[in-house]
This record gives sequence, structure tokens and C-alpha cells, in this order.
Amino acid sequence: MIRVVLPAHLRALARVAGEVQLDVAAPVTQAKVLDALEVRYPMLTGTIRDQATGRRRSFVRFFACELDLSHELPETELPPAVAAGTEPYLIVGAMAGG
Amino acid sequence: MTGVRVLVGTRKGAFILTSDDRRLDWEVDGPHFPGWEMYHLKASPADPDRIYASQSSGWFGQLIQRSDDAGKSWQTMGNTFAYDGDPGTHQWYDGTPRPWEFTRIWHLEPSLTDPDTVYAGAQDAALFRSTDGGQNWREMAGLRDGALPAEWQPGAGGLCLHTILLDPSDTERMFVAISAAGTFRTDDGGSTWRPKNAGLLSDGIPNPDAEVGHCVHHIAMHPSRPDVLYMQKHWDVMRSDDAGESWREISGNLPTDFGFAIDVHAHEPETIYVVPITSDSHHFAMDGRLRVYRSRTGGDQWEALTDGLPQENCYVNVLRDAMAVDRLDSCGIYFGTSGGQVYCSADSGDSWAAIVRDLPPVLSVEVQTLP
Repeated sequence: MIRVVLPAHLRALARVAGEVQLDVAAPVTQAKVLDALEVRYPMLTGTIRDQATGRRRSFVRFFACELDLSHELPETELPPAVAAGTEPYLIVGAMAGG
Repeated sequence: MTGVRVLVGTRKGAFILTSDDRRLDWEVDGPHFPGWEMYHLKASPADPDRIYASQSSGWFGQLIQRSDDAGKSWQTMGNTFAYDGDPGTHQWYDGTPRPWEFTRIWHLEPSLTDPDTVYAGAQDAALFRSTDGGQNWREMAGLRDGALPAEWQPGAGGLCLHTILLDPSDTERMFVAISAAGTFRTDDGGSTWRPKNAGLLSDGIPNPDAEVGHCVHHIAMHPSRPDVLYMQKHWDVMRSDDAGESWREISGNLPTDFGFAIDVHAHEPETIYVVPITSDSHHFAMDGRLRVYRSRTGGDQWEALTDGLPQENCYVNVLRDAMAVDRLDSCGIYFGTSGGQVYCSADSGDSWAAIVRDLPPVLSVEVQTLP
């Protein structure tokens, strides 16, 4: 079970509190986690990745195990602790005013 | 209960203001979608409980929300706004070509007759339509085919399609306005479009009377006379009596003819309203005084309306979609400001009172007249 932490605005949009748990088949990659997230919560489609390009939105970051995974390729496998569900995959709204 | 429902989009959420027909006591509901930019909310004329809302943020992109119970609850609708084919390029600020890129929806215009049909004006400029209540969107790409899009260029707010007018007497005719491109009209339900900018003069472009390239800020129509259009251009207030075939200036005695908002009295098609703004570099009310100007002659002669509006130390702006009118017997006029005030006049502009004073900056105001 993959644990995903959403930023507050997306938790409100998806109407969830706390972490989201997703079933993702191995090998667990960022793309597969985000695909599973959008299947479970279709209202999040387009909010994390641009619909036209599929790329991560500029002000969204991906963290796990104290690593910044934002610039990793979508098909890169996530750390074993994330795949095992002992550490969460963090989707973070970048710190920026506005 | 006869009354009004005011839909307010702000920089940080949406608010719904309701009152009976006296328009003295208001219930304020919100914020809906707190923290999100709510560019526009508008209800279906065919189903007053159906409200569409454009929700966006610099972090998380564009979403469309729909309520079927007058704003009590909302559901997230489709947000795939894909350009039809390769949209090519438009001019960037420095004159270089730049590929079309979707950013947000500025304006939602529900059909006059079908609650499930709604039009959306996009940045970068394009017109989308949904016929299933906002779930699926398709670009009406004919707008770009005949309207010289390579000559379009962004205004300070981006290259946005911000105004959509539906002709109540002809289901095939629509008007849209784009900053900075101009006004365009279709007579065949959106298949083909032509620029309708003859008579506009804009000093900020190389050819002041070019066919396209004008920074039209807003256009307005009275439903009883759809061939008569009023326009607030970047500079100049304009009028057309032939459905946009030709325009003439009606700025008359306005203290400045820069502004964004323009609207028409519900029962007097020759009575129009603007809010003059000092200039394109100031973007605030002139001389620290917030004044609505009314013309009862279809333009040229204007009177300042000040009763109840701040007349000193006021430096707010009023954006293009932030003025609306209700259709009660005594016509109500509404506008919202960059300072978070929403003002109402229940007597056609003679006197004003703030409904709310401390909202986030107001992006849009629409009014429903309830049976």
C-alpha cells in the first residue's frame, strides 16, 4: 500500500483528510502512483500534472525519504521505503507567495 | 420570494450574496473554494439553481465546478481544455511568435435555453463549449481560422478571451472579445467568425485602425436590442448600432475613458454604466474618488454617480467582469472592487451602499434575479 500525502488545497478538492492509501503494482514509479491517484480521485486530474504535456506543474514538488524527487523521470522507481509503505510520498505545493 | 443572488468571484474564493427585492439586508455565504482564484461564476438562465464556476490557481491549474442547488454543494467537472489541432503561434510581448498555451478560463457563459450547454473563454485565447454540463469541452476552433490569430497579442493580463455575448434573438449569432485582439462575431453558431473592429482606433499598436490587435476590455448588450453593442476599450468607450460592423466613440464628457467594466440598464437600453479608471498605468479610480458614470443617452453625455461611494482616498480598480445588473422593476446595479468591496445600487445608480467591504480582491460579479 502506497501512502500519499496531498497538499491542503488538493485534500479539500478530493474531500479527504490525512493520508491517501493506494494500491500500486510493482515496480512502483511516480507515474504509476499519480495515475492511481487520478483514477481514485478524478477531480485531481490536471492539478498535479499539466493535462496537455503530462509534466509536473511548476509549483508542485515531489518529496520522499528526505529526497527531492521532483526532477526524476516519471518512470523512475520510488525508494523502497515508499514502495513498502513505511514512508509516505509527499506531493507538496511549492512555497511561494500569492 | 422575489430577490437577488449575487455571485462574486475573488482572488481567494467565491462568495454568494443574497437579499430580498429591497436589497437592504444581505446574507453572505462563503468563501467557497477558499484560497483559489475564482475568475467567474455564472448561473444558467434556464435553470437558476445551476451555477458554473471557474476555479484556478498558479499551483494546481484550472478546474470547473458546477452546482445544481444554487451553490449549496459543488461537483468538480471536466477540465481538459485541449486546443483543436496545432493552434500555431500568436505574438508575444516582444513581438516574437509564441505557441498557444492554455492557462485558465476567464469567463463562463451558460446557454440561454439549455442548462447543459455552456461556453468558456480561455487564456491563451480560445472559445470552448460543453454540451454535457461541463464534463467535456471542445474548442470552437473556427474562431482562430478566420480571425487572423497570428496578429493577436497578450494584454497585461494575458491573451484572454474574456467576454461572450449570446444573441437572444438569433441562436446562431454570438460575439466574443479578446485582449488584445478585438471583437469577433459568428452568424453560424460558431463555425466561422470574422473580426468586427471597424472604427476602433488604438494608439498602442502600429496600425491604429488595424482589423485586429485592439485591446477590447469588455462589451455589453441589452437583450431587447442585440444589434446595439457598447464597448469599454483599453482607452475609449465605443458603441455599435449594427452588430459590430462599425463602431463610434461615445466617451463624451467622461473624465477619463480608460476602464474595464461596462453594462446596460435592465429596462432602459440607452442607459449605460462605466467606471472610469485613471489610466492604464494607474489602474485606480481617478482623484481618489470612486465614481460610476451613467449615460441615459446611449453615450456621449455622462453624469457622475457618487452618493454612497467613497469620495476621498479611494484607489481601487473595477475589473471587466465585475459589474452586473439585476432585472427587478427598480433596476439594481452592482460592482466589485480590487479592495474587496461589493457595492449595490437599488435605484439605477442614484445611490449606493456596500454589501460587503472586506472580501479578497474582486474578479467578477454576476447577478441572478430570483422569481
